[in-house]
Amino acid sequence: MADLLSAWRDPELAKHLVELIDQAADRPMKLMEVCGTHTVAIARFGLRGLMPDNVTLLSGPGCPVCVTANRDIDYAIELGRLPNVAITTFGDMMKVPGSYSSLSREKADGRDIRIVYSPLDAVKMAAAEPDKQVVFLGVGFETTIPTIAVTIKEAKKQGLTNFSVLSVHKTVPKALEALVNDPEVQIDGFILPGHVSTIIGPEPYRFLASQYHVPGVVTGFEPIDVLQGVWMLARQIKEGRAEVEVAYKRGVNSDGNPTARALIEEVFEPCDSDWRGIGIIPGTGLAIREAFSDFDAAKRFDVTPPEPKEIPGCQCGDVLRGVLLPFQCRLFGKGCTPEHPIGPCMVSSEGSCAAYYRYTDYGRS
Amino acid sequence: MHSDRVLLAHGSGGTMMRELIEDVFIARFNDEALLRMDDAASLEIPAGRIALTTDTYVVTPRFFPGGDIGRLAVAGTVNDVATAGATPMFLTVGFVLEEGLMIEELRRILDSMVSVAAEAGVRIVTGDTKVVERGHGDGIYINTAGVGVVREGVDLSSRYCKPGDVVLLSGTLGDHGIAVMSTREGLSFGTDIVSDAAPLNHLVAATLDAAPNTRCFRDPTRGGLASCLNELAGASGVSITVDEESVPVREQVRGACEMLGYDVYQVANEGKMVAVVPADQADAALAAMKAAPYGADAAIIGSVAEGPAGRVYVKTSFGARRIMDMLVGEQLPRIC
Amino acid sequence: MCLAIPAQVILMNENQMAEVDIHGVTRTVSLSMTPEAEVGSWVLIHAGFAIQVVDEEFAAESWELIEQIEWDDGDVASLGADTAEVGV
Repeated sequence: MADLLSAWRDPELAKHLVELIDQAADRPMKLMEVCGTHTVAIARFGLRGLMPDNVTLLSGPGCPVCVTANRDIDYAIELGRLPNVAITTFGDMMKVPGSYSSLSREKADGRDIRIVYSPLDAVKMAAAEPDKQVVFLGVGFETTIPTIAVTIKEAKKQGLTNFSVLSVHKTVPKALEALVNDPEVQIDGFILPGHVSTIIGPEPYRFLASQYHVPGVVTGFEPIDVLQGVWMLARQIKEGRAEVEVAYKRGVNSDGNPTARALIEEVFEPCDSDWRGIGIIPGTGLAIREAFSDFDAAKRFDVTPPEPKEIPGCQCGDVLRGVLLPFQCRLFGKGCTPEHPIGPCMVSSEGSCAAYYRYTDYGRS
Repeated sequence: MHSDRVLLAHGSGGTMMRELIEDVFIARFNDEALLRMDDAASLEIPAGRIALTTDTYVVTPRFFPGGDIGRLAVAGTVNDVATAGATPMFLTVGFVLEEGLMIEELRRILDSMVSVAAEAGVRIVTGDTKVVERGHGDGIYINTAGVGVVREGVDLSSRYCKPGDVVLLSGTLGDHGIAVMSTREGLSFGTDIVSDAAPLNHLVAATLDAAPNTRCFRDPTRGGLASCLNELAGASGVSITVDEESVPVREQVRGACEMLGYDVYQVANEGKMVAVVPADQADAALAAMKAAPYGADAAIIGSVAEGPAGRVYVKTSFGARRIMDMLVGEQLPRIC
Repeated sequence: MCLAIPAQVILMNENQMAEVDIHGVTRTVSLSMTPEAEVGSWVLIHAGFAIQVVDEEFAAESWELIEQIEWDDGDVASLGADTAEVGV
């Protein structure tokens, strides 16, 4: 099986798929991927350079790190400044700037900020340090949300009184709807996120095809997966079809993962969410249900963060909506670089600007 | 030693300090210059150019799979001198010890240093110790200086790489960084990977013997291969392309990097050497590396070309090309 | 938010936890989202959890279908018919 899995990087097959894409792309087309992991995969494997001229790959608001609103980061930082509070977070969030600071800067200033690979590790820390209030910064899409649901249940099972979650999770399908409804945004097809779909299955995206006539292909993350996804999209567009197809069959069942969805349903309920650069998209957030409100950091602590402020000149919002390609942002490479990032798209390791800057020739004189 | 741990008094210059130095340091560093306990070591140095380097080691945890801060300190300094094309001869060692450090741990660290020094054939000839209050110093910091004599006729520089040159790597990438990462709270995973910290002066000497026109050596420590190659490309005003397929990486290191979302090119190595050699000496250099200690997995990993200056590319296993970027800040695990 | 990699379950522990192997590296993960996983199963792991069992046979089939594209040069429809899910 290990061999089988590494076969998804076969260069010969890749070459062939690129030819097929070239044949299928008979007109200019803008294809948007909505998953930070796709952004990185495309950059890391140099796939953009293999695309025919007709195919433009855009990165959308699929980096949950990039789309976390300033004020949510400010809130987490404010919590971290309370005595005895330890903020636990995925590594992805550390360097993302809020209005005034970042978790990384807070850590340098002596606050207790800890990186975990799994939210369960945060529960372990809480159990081991009863004098600390451990807050987990819950960022992520549907791939990650069930893991936090299990974590909250585990904390409840252990009867912990010093663990809570700041839930700033976001869900994908309605955000895609907001994008297709946005008059400035022009997308001919969606490369749909593979692992979000592992959880939710392909059904929640049907409306893209049936209501908006925009094709989508659920795509995996190996180079062959991405090329296959792009090819299937190009083919649909060429044939005038609009369907939601699944390319990533080995990772996505037709019904997703019902167990995982039930866990989300049990612990969370939908609410509105603020997407950085886009604004509030109704129904795309998840709030912790009453039954688990003991573990809701927003209810446990009483903090008032300062007024959020946007960074002047930053065009992350336009980049996140696919209106601009990273190198079209006026600050890209001039004033905004990975060393001196201005917006989240450049800071986040899977932000589109960072991916472009790190892996391509753009922005370097 | 009367105490089982380092006390502030051990740094005060009085009898307790003497006890620490004699019972713990001198008992191990059995070098004739050091034994004199003079304030400065007086040494015979052969005629020629001197290579001089200094470094400070602050790694935590101080003990990690495959090594400790002591091993790192000696190997690292020996390697820096070796990259100048010099034969390392003498090391100085300065210690900042935190009040409360267990003497037993200090002994283990010193034993490591002695062992690596012996293997490298260098003498530790003078040292210094200070003790700082609990809460400072992270247990132990080690500063070293290394002195060597540059070999006759050898002139190496990161500015000498030319289009057509070949890039060699002495072994597997990422071992040290992953070994240290595996012990970190909140990230721990089970692995056989151990740090590769090792003295490479013999390997460098053998490579120079076989390939006398070698342009430069560099060890890919912090920032990994990416920092190393970006620096070389920048200094020489050339571009370097790495062939991903030929870079040796252990399966488990690959697995750990995939799991944590790490770029193996940015993970630290402490027992590896990069060498840039003219194409007609590449095979000889490779053979010499492979036969040398710690060089069994050596490989040719890339080549130097015209430009754009300072650019490092990766030719992916997949056939496409992308840039090998330098690390900005710390590399952090990701789930995205 | 999608970094998930294949791993093989090598040991089951209590509380729905298990040890998995990723290229020789081992880690403890939760199987609460994949109760059907057992020793020997391949799973996708993300943030310390198995999020899906990867069916070996299925993966092999998917691979064969992909490989076929190489030979059925112009006959792209064959892949489409088997793997596409027709939308409304």
